[in-house]
Amino acid sequence: MVVVIDRTRKVSGENAAGPVSVADRVRKQSDPGGGLYKRRAPIYPKLVHGRWRAIKWAMMIITLAIYYITPWIRWDRPGILPDQAVLIDFTGRRFYLFDLQFWPQEVYFVTGLLVLSALALFLVSALFGRLWCGYACPQTIWTDLFIYVERLFEGDRNARMRLDAAPWSFNKVWRKVGKHLTWLVVAFSTGGAWIFYFHDAPTVLPAFWQGQAPATAYVFCALLTFTTYVFAGGMREQVCIYMCPWPRIQGGMLDNHSLQITYKHDRGEPRGPHKKDATWEGRGDCIDCGQCVIVCPMGIDIRDGSQLACINCGLCADACDEVMARVGRPKGLVAYDTDSAVTDRVEGREGVYRLIRPRTLVYAGALALVAVVMLWGLTHRTFISVHVLRDRNPTFVRLHDGAIRNGYTLKIANRSFTTGAARIEFEGPKGARLETPASAATTGPIFALVEANTDRAVRVFVTVPEDSLHGPHLPAKFTVTLPGGTEAVETTFDSDAEDDDD
Amino acid sequence: MSERKPNDTNEVETTGHEWDGIQEWDNPLPRWWLYIFYACVVFAIGYWIAMPAWPTLNGYTKGILHKSDRAQVVADLSELHKIRGVEGQMLKNASLEQIEADPKLQAYALAVGQSVFGDNCATCHGTGGAGGKGYPNLRDDVWIWGGTLQDIQHTLQVGVRSENPRARSSIMPSFGKDQILPAAQIDDLTEYVVALSGRKADAGAVQRAAPIFQANCIACHGATGVGNQALGAPNLTDKEWLYGSAREDIRGQIWNGRGGVMPTWEARLDPETIKALAVYVHANAAGK
Repeated sequence: MVVVIDRTRKVSGENAAGPVSVADRVRKQSDPGGGLYKRRAPIYPKLVHGRWRAIKWAMMIITLAIYYITPWIRWDRPGILPDQAVLIDFTGRRFYLFDLQFWPQEVYFVTGLLVLSALALFLVSALFGRLWCGYACPQTIWTDLFIYVERLFEGDRNARMRLDAAPWSFNKVWRKVGKHLTWLVVAFSTGGAWIFYFHDAPTVLPAFWQGQAPATAYVFCALLTFTTYVFAGGMREQVCIYMCPWPRIQGGMLDNHSLQITYKHDRGEPRGPHKKDATWEGRGDCIDCGQCVIVCPMGIDIRDGSQLACINCGLCADACDEVMARVGRPKGLVAYDTDSAVTDRVEGREGVYRLIRPRTLVYAGALALVAVVMLWGLTHRTFISVHVLRDRNPTFVRLHDGAIRNGYTLKIANRSFTTGAARIEFEGPKGARLETPASAATTGPIFALVEANTDRAVRVFVTVPEDSLHGPHLPAKFTVTLPGGTEAVETTFDSDAEDDDD
Repeated sequence: MSERKPNDTNEVETTGHEWDGIQEWDNPLPRWWLYIFYACVVFAIGYWIAMPAWPTLNGYTKGILHKSDRAQVVADLSELHKIRGVEGQMLKNASLEQIEADPKLQAYALAVGQSVFGDNCATCHGTGGAGGKGYPNLRDDVWIWGGTLQDIQHTLQVGVRSENPRARSSIMPSFGKDQILPAAQIDDLTEYVVALSGRKADAGAVQRAAPIFQANCIACHGATGVGNQALGAPNLTDKEWLYGSAREDIRGQIWNGRGGVMPTWEARLDPETIKALAVYVHANAAGK
């Protein structure tokens, strides 16, 4: 097997001549060129101004702000509990989210949150296409940020292509080095902020620099620095096309009625260069200027129709609107539109947008259902859970006076923020007495301290006098009350007594 | 819906495979993909050299890092012993009552006690301590040699009828085997003992046995039959029977006068461990 490295194909050299024709560009993307592997065709997205670009800048600022500020929000909690509003405490096995806190046993709430997010994503995709990919996905945000840094050092599209084609010089070196160093700083801040979600942020920040932070903090900081640098700096659109499963899944959410960035070929075709003052009769509005291709961060041609690599970011629509304004045609040749509206217009009908469809209703219904269930679960959850484990070895013990003693282990979890004495009551055969290894026997309830936010196993012995035993397995019930709630657990009281039917 | 131009020109060769009209194109791989593949190959070679990897006829390649899970376990265990040393020291310095009063120390003692119990005591007393015929139940409130923390600790230390010079030892004569009493009187005594624990017995036999009991049994078991923990004489009035509650069991016990053996643990277990065991047994017993 011979691997042929095709170094003759200098893409930047070709592009330096000016806007490439679409056909050229596409050919370059799917170059059959003889090798076993394909060198990535560099994409030099041009800076564009417009409505969608403005929204993307805003989304970048908002999402980055959420990412960097969230771990620094304080939230007063009693006692030794952490005062960080959002904290994933792996060593303590707790997840704190403002006023909520979750135990590992309650992981179904996190699952519910994920299901909710997935359904929201389905609904948004069915309605408006891949908005997530275009505006909110971390890969998109950080790639956008990295391209911004790239422009600061190397200039916009044409300057960058010239720089890449130029021989190495001091100018080229400092720009490249500066870009990569800034990228690394951004990547490091990304990885660094990540660890704040898992430890107390104000503690771990100085500890990190003093070499006192846990080893995992350094490992994950390094890991996320590396992936950010590689994914957003080097791989960019390849992550979306080759590595991300979401475009494949999202294809299943879309249909002909989903609003997506669409080239309205009914209006644009036949396309071709247009001279000033020439008539627009008998031709489409597309002047084949290639601006939509040049600005695309994914390196695709939207005029080929909806495709897997398109993230629906709308930058091509911004670019096209600018051109349409210049040639005096109405905006919106490339815009959020639906395939069915395009078909409608081709067939001479008014394009209708049907946002309410069986698909969207099902997604919205499922979303509402899960949301209601989650809300009900969150408002109705108790902050106590009790498990009763019956002693199996021995199942019972006969005492000197013939009374029978059973042992139980009560696992009491106090999920509230209040330390309290758990009141343990036993309901079962008459005359039953309760005791723990530390307490005296009593026919009333016994108490065991369970600290806030902890669980505790309490050994409980129940002694029942001989004359109350009228069967080998008598129904019994433990009721445990803490400030956070009450829970009753049914069990049995066992002995070797025989059933009597009277 | 959309027409993709490059498809129409079909510049890429196909592999010749086709499923329901879908062709597999022979496109080249992305370069980064190939680099990752090469990196994996290089890593694998390094891994073979560094880590145990290949089986040989009589063993396996050890790898230059000499990594071994077994060595790791040994290291972990020695670390564990170091940690246990600290808690063990605390057990050594605390009295039995102090251990029971301190929830953390008690929890540690209970954990140690449970595991040591399983290794050493469960053979006779059962994993749950419920005992069996001839082996005392450690979960109930009946104690032959006393059930306080100190009593339990002492019994653990010296054992019963063991080789320890301070060993506890009770002697129940073999009234039948050694022909101290005739068989008829032993039958009557059996009825008397049955009656002691409040069960139905032959009134005539009980009456006949009263003077025999006074003459032979009260030295150890007491005039009322409640026994004596200092001598290791069981209480005959309760409902717990070490060698069985059936008449033939009781008669056999009077006839043969059996006594069990408990080893001395001083030689096997260190004082901290015996303390932990005493706390464990005490905590799980009824009535103290």
